[in-house]
Amino acid sequence: MAEKTTIVLFSGDLDKAIAAFIIANGAAAYDHEVTIFFTFWGLNTLRKDEVVKTRKGPLEKAFGWMMPRGARKLGLSKMNFGGLGPQMIKHVMKKHNALSLPQLIELAQEQGVKLVACTMTMDLLGLQKEELIDGLEYAGVAAYLGDAVDAKVNLFI
Amino acid sequence: MKTDLTVDTKGMACPMPIVKAKKALDSLQSGQVMEVLSTDKGSINDFQAWVKQTKHELLSYEEDNGIYKFYVRKI
Repeated sequence: MAEKTTIVLFSGDLDKAIAAFIIANGAAAYDHEVTIFFTFWGLNTLRKDEVVKTRKGPLEKAFGWMMPRGARKLGLSKMNFGGLGPQMIKHVMKKHNALSLPQLIELAQEQGVKLVACTMTMDLLGLQKEELIDGLEYAGVAAYLGDAVDAKVNLFI
Repeated sequence: MKTDLTVDTKGMACPMPIVKAKKALDSLQSGQVMEVLSTDKGSINDFQAWVKQTKHELLSYEEDNGIYKFYVRKI
């Protein structure tokens, strides 16, 4: 049986999401079955960058407008400087030939990393399936634990 | 050393050397040898760990002018 790795991405910070996806891609290269479980702010990593028409209440709408719309819009956990920090990081990453977060996500999907969106926190934040990128699975804590219990590497980021 | 495939990851950053090497290894037959080129300073530790865990064989590695070369036999 293949080894397993799971990551819970709770954070919606760019730097932490990059770390999570680098580990996920590395684990996939180790032939592990890899699951990333996105909950709370981590879900914003999976949002499409365009506005998607949905039927929502005013509170959910407000959340939708206040939260970053997708991997390109995330801020840094340190030195964000009102959005200047992410531009600086993206610049140095390019200089060092590091893959961008959207590229890391694409690579993870190509390598068969299972991306799971937490449906309970989707409800809380008012996020709907249509607003998230394609190729996701939708599940809750039981499905996550089902994977984690067999995995030797389980990270909460 | 006679190799069946060369994987050039020069200039690429973590995790790409391992990801590219893994993809290349999947295309090889058992017993074939792959050469991986990298300029990533972490790659000696990375390749030793990766080859050990994936149960393949690291035949040898060398560094020449900042370029690391790894020879991996698929088991």
